[in-house]
Order: sequence, then structure tokens, then C-alpha cells
Amino acid sequence: MPEENDDILEQVTSSEYKYGFVTDIESDDAPKGLNEDIVRFISAKKHEPEWMLEWRLKAYRHWLTMEQPQWANVTFPPIDFQDIIYYSAPKQKIAPNSLDEIDPELRKTFEKLGISLNEQKRLTGVAVDAVIDSVSIATTFKEELAELGIIFCSMSEAVQEHPELIKKYLGSVVPATDNYFTALNSAVFSDGSFCYIPAGVRCPMELSTYFRINAANTGQFERTLIVAEAGSYVSYLEGCTAPMRDENQLHAAVVEILAAEKAEVKYSTVQNWYPGDKDGKGGIYNFVTKRGICQGDHSKISWTQVETGSSITWKYPSVVLKGDHSVGEFYSVAVTNNHQQADTGTKMIHIGKNTRSRIVSKGISAGMSNNSYRGLVQVGRNASHARNFSQCDSLLLGDKCGAHTFPYIEVKNNTGIVEHEATTSKIGEDQIFYCNQRGIDTETAVALIINGFAKEVMNQLPMEFAVEAQKLLAISLEGSVG
Amino acid sequence: MLKIENLHAGIEEKEILKGINLEIKAGEVHAIMGPNGSGKSTLASVLAGRDQFEVTEGSVSFMGKDLLDMAPEERAREGMFLAFQYPVEIPGVSTTNFIKTAVNETRKHRGEEPLDAVSFLKLMKEKMKLVQIDQALLSRSLNEGFSGGEKKRNEIFQMAMLEPKLAILDETDSGLDIDALRIVANGVNQYRNSENAFLLVTHYQRLLDYIVPDYVHVLYNGRIVRSGTKELALELEAKGYDFIKNEVDAISQD
Repeated sequence: MPEENDDILEQVTSSEYKYGFVTDIESDDAPKGLNEDIVRFISAKKHEPEWMLEWRLKAYRHWLTMEQPQWANVTFPPIDFQDIIYYSAPKQKIAPNSLDEIDPELRKTFEKLGISLNEQKRLTGVAVDAVIDSVSIATTFKEELAELGIIFCSMSEAVQEHPELIKKYLGSVVPATDNYFTALNSAVFSDGSFCYIPAGVRCPMELSTYFRINAANTGQFERTLIVAEAGSYVSYLEGCTAPMRDENQLHAAVVEILAAEKAEVKYSTVQNWYPGDKDGKGGIYNFVTKRGICQGDHSKISWTQVETGSSITWKYPSVVLKGDHSVGEFYSVAVTNNHQQADTGTKMIHIGKNTRSRIVSKGISAGMSNNSYRGLVQVGRNASHARNFSQCDSLLLGDKCGAHTFPYIEVKNNTGIVEHEATTSKIGEDQIFYCNQRGIDTETAVALIINGFAKEVMNQLPMEFAVEAQKLLAISLEGSVG
Repeated sequence: MLKIENLHAGIEEKEILKGINLEIKAGEVHAIMGPNGSGKSTLASVLAGRDQFEVTEGSVSFMGKDLLDMAPEERAREGMFLAFQYPVEIPGVSTTNFIKTAVNETRKHRGEEPLDAVSFLKLMKEKMKLVQIDQALLSRSLNEGFSGGEKKRNEIFQMAMLEPKLAILDETDSGLDIDALRIVANGVNQYRNSENAFLLVTHYQRLLDYIVPDYVHVLYNGRIVRSGTKELALELEAKGYDFIKNEVDAISQD
């Protein structure tokens, strides 16, 4: 068996990253490096009002006083923040007024990624905001959504069109000063999506943002803000890819979610940034802060993530359970292969009474990779009868990879019930042989077993994306047998 | 259908099978009996292609092809089925989904279209009756939390779904109560016809009351030391394996 394993691992490690192409478009870049002038440059490019520039500068000045965090279970050489381009926008002849006016090259890029910007070609009832490098190039179905009072647009547009909402909510869940990367993001963020669901409205389609890094040497710093008013519902999906490049590229995003009384927000991510090559060269550093607050009673925020890409992932989608009876959920599948490193998990902060949270984390490691779950469950003094259930399972493929679990539990109210379960397993030769004996080859068998392992999380994904995500899992790990 | 000639196989340095000769023709049921450690399960594993065992000598042809040259999944697709002594659990993969994958892989091998959901369900319903298996059981994760009897019934159910030419039943009777044994045996008997063949690996004669073999072979110390009809099984039951052991050991001392 060992010899065969090596062969299979060889196949896996050499399997191509499907989205690694580069689109040849002229871009409008900021000079390399970061200083106050760059912050001003970005703000000016976006014709931002004075208050927005001030907000950025404040964040930038705070960032200067901070140090890069070292606590995550990942290792990488120091990032030279002066060697990054902080703004890169594809040059379009004119600002497109309608979807028809989008540069055909850009349209083609997204078609190639399987994202249609053509509303007529709508297959799945999904509205898309397409972001390439630093700017949003198109948002579909805006009119239809507007009829229901739903705002779904790029962050740049929101700053211009809905300043009152942005002023009120931007940074209200994740303050600029929260951590090193949020301060950086707050200073230089260039675009992202804004989504506002008015009270009592159930968003009739999936909203999604598709992030694409194209230009070399650039960082992508986007912000997403979702505000769900009382009794509303929205399901949101985010997808991401990048070309294959030898150097590491930084992606430092911030996502904020607010859920008012009885509102429900479901946020799903299928993260497939370029993971680097099989020797660990290149790939995206995915340093992301995602947080939602269940502001109102009986509100609910649910994070689902399928993380297969990036050379390093550092990400803890969290929920602050402030409203009584509010619910927070975190479902995660994190796959690491070759030299990828992932330190991911969640924080569930119980503040309100009778709040409940559920964590299901499935880590799959192969190759020489390291996969860590890091989670905090905090039950505050006044959070009586809080409930938490955490399940962290790790699956190892091969004997050179690592799986780690770092659960933190802080309970200050003795009526709370916190449960934590964890398992680590390997795909057994027995399981593979059993499948083989039924005519199923090893590749298919591994895909079957992996998908079985991750099923509880995959079931949480919106239908349209579940199949895609299943395939992605199989591709990321094709046949790496333990 | 199956022709084993002078088969030697072992694990690491230890030889377990020391020259097996056996021919099975379509329509026949053969039983292999023998004491613990005689190599019965090793034979089943080697035929199915488990790679922890190394074949050092001999040949096996199956349906006219060199069996030892085929990967385990190819053997399966060519029509060889092994009902496991200890069926494995695969969490999160429903039995239905598993069998559907298996059936369609085999169909692909034969150049047939995969079964659509309706035809698959129809086939499944039909075969479920054979071993009185419940739909609810099939929607659960494969073998996870199944009782011993349920696991064995599931094996026979899978056999019926895959319609193999040669089915090897590795101690399928072990751990079964009399009712479960009857159900399993009944499933096998209904599937049995002139086109297919069975190799029953068993410890006890009991199974052979229900699935009547055409031939019985006694495996001892890696060799088939005696072959006969079903009467041989009865003789073994009456006298125990010791009489064969003594006979064989006496001969080898000469």
C-alpha cells in the first residue's frame, strides 16, 4: 500500500488549480507601498466624502501603533507591507451604467469562473456582486431587489448613495482597532458588498459576492457589511479565486453582520484562493475577520465555510449573542494539502439570556499541511441558561500532516451548559479496500469518505453550491490516502 | 470460472497459503472449511486482491483472465464479490449512496449508462425483499451502528445488487443467530443459479444445512488436504478437525 499511496499523493499534489489563469486587462494601480498618501489616493479614487477619509486615516494611524499577531499556529516570513500594491482597478473605458457595458474581457473572466453577469442567463436565483482586485465591476438584480427595499450594491456605491447607513454601521461590529488586519483593512479597503434587508423582508434570492484577485503584487482588502432589520431573512454566499503566482498575496478582509430582533442571516463561504504550488511556493495569505452580532432577541446568525484554498488561512467567523434567545452557528470544513496552513475556528460570545450556539468543525489534512481548529466559547455573567455544543473532528490523510485543536471555554454563569466533543481519525485501508471490493476505485472511494465526513457541514450550504463544494473537496484531496 | 493453481501467498516473511489448487465452475457451490489459522480468510482476501498479502507463486484465472494482474476494483467489476467477515463502517455515507456508486461504477465498466434514480430505487426495492432488509437501514451511514446480523444481511443485499458471477462469503455465518442465518442463507439460495458460483468460507457445518454445497474442501496449514461432498462436512462436524490434523501430520512425518 505505501507505494500506491505515494503515487496517489503524487497525483493529488500535481493536480492543477483550475482557476489559476490571469486575465490580460489594463489596470489602474496605486504606487507600491503604504503611507497616508496612499490612503488619501484610494479615498480620492473613490470620490469619497471627507468623513470616510477621516475614518480611514484614523484606522491607518492606529495600525501604525500595532504589531502583527503571532499567536496563530502558522509560520510564514514577515510580510513587507511596503511591497504591496494597495489599489488596483481594471481600466474600463467608462463607468458601466448597465450590465451590458461591462468590459467583455472582465465578463469573460467571470464566465470562465462560472459566474454569469448576464441576468438573462440566471440559472439559480442568485444575485451577484463581482469584485475584481480592488473594485466591484457589476452587481446583478439590483432593480428586482430594490422593489422589496433591499439594498445590494458595492461598498463604494453604498458610501455614495447610503452614507447614513454606512456611517451608522461600518465598524460597529468589527471596530477598526479590533486587530492588526482589521486596522489595515479599515485604512485601505477598496470595495466589497453592502447589503441591507428592511424589516420583515425575506430576501427571495441568494445574494453573493464573488472575489477575484487578478493583478500581481496587489493585496485585496474588501469589506462586506450586512444589516438585517427586524424579522428579515437573507442567505449570503461568498466565493473567491486567484491566479497562480509565485509570490504570496495578501487578502485581509472584514465582514460585519448585524441581525435585529427575529432576523436571520445565513452566511456561506466557499474559499478557493490559490493555495500555492506543491512545494509551498506562492498562494494567498487569507487573514480575515468575520463577526456578526445578534443584536435583537430571537435573532440568528449562521456561518458556513468550506475552506480549501489559500496558503495560510487565519479566520474566526464569530457571533456575539447579545439578544435574549439568540442563536449562533458555525459549520466549517477546512481542507489543507501540500504546505497549506490553516488556523481557523470561531468565537461564540454569549451575553443574552437563553442564548444558544452550535459549532461543527471538520478539519481534513493531507500532504505536509497543518490544520488547526481554534475556538472560544464565552458565557458572560448575565447569560443565564446559555447552551453551547461544539464538535471538532479531524481527518488525517498520510502521515506527514498535522491536526490540532485549541478550544477555549470561559464560563461566568453557572446555569450554562457547554459541551465539547472532538475526534481524530484516519481514512483506513480497510475502508478503501471495502470500497475497492465493490468496484469503486481509490480516488472515488476517498471522495466518498471525505464527503461523508464533511456531510453535516455540506448539508448547511445552499443547494446551488453544495454540489460545487462537494466537487471542490474531491479535487482538493483527490485520492490522498492514509 | 475460477481456477487456482499452486497458489502460495503470505504476509511479510510468513507463508500462509502453501500451494492451493481449486477449480470452481459456473453453477457450483464450494465450501472451504478448516480450523482457525488454516488460511481460509487469507484465501478469500488474496482472491479479492487485498494487498497486505503477497502472492509468491502460482496463478489464478477468473473468467479466463489473469486475476492476480487485476486491481481489486477491476476484480469486483469483472464479477467477483467478497462478503466481508467484518464489514467496515463509513460514517456519513449512506448505504444507498454507497451501493449506488458501486453499481454505477460496475455499469460504467461494462459500458452501460448509470442507472437513473427511479430504476435504481426499483432495483433496490426488489433486492431488499431478498434479505428482508429495511429501507430505513439503508438510509443510515454504511454499517455504522448496525447489529452483527444487519451487517451480514447488508453484505448479501449488496451482493444481490451487484449481481456477481462469483461470490465469496467469508464466515458470513459467524455471529448470526439462527433466524438471521436463515434469512441470509435464503437470500443466497434465491440468488443462486446456473450462471454464478459461490465459495463459502466457514468454520461450522451449520451454514451448510441451509446453503447446500456441491463440494467441501478442508483447508489445513495452507493446503487443501481433503475434498469431498457435503458428507465430508458432516463427518467433520461429528469427529472434529483433529482427525484430519492427525491424519495430515502423520503423513507429513513419514
